[in-house]
Amino acid sequence: MDKARGSDPMKKSGSPRWRGFLPLVGLVLLVALPFAAQAFGQSALTSLATRMLILAIAASALNIALGLGGLVSFGHAAFYGVGAYAVGILTTHGASGMPFLGFVPGSEHLAVNLLVAMSVSGIVAGLIGALALRTSGVPFIMITLAFAQMLFFFFVALKAYGGDDGLSMRRRNALPGLNMRDDVTFYFTSLTILLAWLGVSARLFHSRFGLLLGGIRQSERRMQAIGVPTVRYRWLAFVLSGVGTGLAGGLMAVFGRFVSPDMMHWTQSGELLIMVVLGGAGTIFGPVLGAFALIGLETLLAGWTEHWQIILGPALVLMALTFRGGLARLGRSEQGP
Amino acid sequence: MLKVRGLKASYGASRVLFDVSLDVASGEVVTLLGRNGMGKTTTTRAIMGLLPPQAGVIEFNGRSVAGWRADRIARLGIGLVPEGRQIFPTLSVRENLVATAADRNAARSPWTLPRIFGLFPRLDERQGQAGKTLSGGEQQMLAIGRALMTNPDLLILDEATEGLAPVIRAEIWHCLEAIKAEGQSILLVDKNITVLERLADRHHVIEKGRTIWAGTRADFVRERAEVHRHVSF
Repeated sequence: MDKARGSDPMKKSGSPRWRGFLPLVGLVLLVALPFAAQAFGQSALTSLATRMLILAIAASALNIALGLGGLVSFGHAAFYGVGAYAVGILTTHGASGMPFLGFVPGSEHLAVNLLVAMSVSGIVAGLIGALALRTSGVPFIMITLAFAQMLFFFFVALKAYGGDDGLSMRRRNALPGLNMRDDVTFYFTSLTILLAWLGVSARLFHSRFGLLLGGIRQSERRMQAIGVPTVRYRWLAFVLSGVGTGLAGGLMAVFGRFVSPDMMHWTQSGELLIMVVLGGAGTIFGPVLGAFALIGLETLLAGWTEHWQIILGPALVLMALTFRGGLARLGRSEQGP
Repeated sequence: MLKVRGLKASYGASRVLFDVSLDVASGEVVTLLGRNGMGKTTTTRAIMGLLPPQAGVIEFNGRSVAGWRADRIARLGIGLVPEGRQIFPTLSVRENLVATAADRNAARSPWTLPRIFGLFPRLDERQGQAGKTLSGGEQQMLAIGRALMTNPDLLILDEATEGLAPVIRAEIWHCLEAIKAEGQSILLVDKNITVLERLADRHHVIEKGRTIWAGTRADFVRERAEVHRHVSF
């Protein structure tokens, strides 16, 4: 990442030198985690961390719409779920040998299925975005929420693929040369995909496209007066965001070998929003920190009491008030929005 | 290049423009003069599509653009330096300039970063600084540079020197003379008659939303007292 610009191209803020090493420290810890978990007999930690990594991809993807484009989408669970169902359906047909719709061959290949998940989610995001981006503010939030709920109820009613009960897969998708049944291998596969996604994200944030979106977020009318087709740029940000969220959904489906309509419930959209805001909207690493913080806190509290949500709510409020601008902006001389 | 006839525009129920007409020919510097509240900024907003006109003709390079979206009009080749600068505060000077750069005029040699920095050396010195950390004059230079980087056929400057120190004003007027020498068509909206008299080829005066006087530099010199009566306080 561009050291001179910090992790957020839209904010020029003073940062202590040690901050530059934090991503490296984080990466070392993530690489060491499964080995440490095995050494201490806590193998379940690897599975938990894999879930965190996958949700970090989803949160980072939402960050392109929210942090970069200023689009508060309350329907990103739709793309997460669509990506998951794309993988689930292809895998089911791949295992049975029966083509989907009579002509689309199934697949149990991870790379193929994730590419399909990204494509289908991108198309769905394109269609939803084309309609939703005619509005902004609260109407935009409501329209994205409405579309996600429509898809939720569609898949609840889709009995051919499990309906309300969801869809189970016999085994994880395969990648040549790798044993995907091994949790540690799957963890490192997820970590690699997250790093690749963060690389794409960083390039996007620092590109001319990112600058234009930053300008549109600050003043859409000003950008229009300079000749920028703002709706087209916002739409593209929304679609890219949908593609990344679909990737995360597909990966989660493979990881859990299960897909259900719950993945596109509005509470899932809310969770993704919390991750981005908690970690720091508009920053590269913020959503990753947010995903780890939220899932970590949830798991910790759930292991302690069954009424964990009573504690989680106030804890989130406290964190939001303490870390204004998000966890990623901690230690900066200037805090976020 | 730009032809406006009988332009009418309102903010809600409040009519601001009643009958504005003006012309800018290729390579000309033209002014739109008038006291505060007479409709100068509203005229530029209507030309740029930021305020839908209710009646009248707005033609740019032979195309009727009345009612078009602002971004379409801008892409035809109009660069606006809006009142109050309105740069992007958290983007750096360089980012402000390159983010919206475009080549909309194939005829002239394009404005590039080195040329902009040559015109405004202060911006060169502050390339990496966030826009919001610049002084008012530097922000104005950045706004002009940003508009030039879209390589417009017509540059519209709305109150280019409003609220700036006299020394900075002089610097900006000097730069505008250099831009004029490049053959850039400019529509200047301002109140600074003394400088404009020297810089502009033609003038328009509006009062209460109507064009009440229009003429060449020679007409302006001949009828200076008349023009001053409508523009000065």
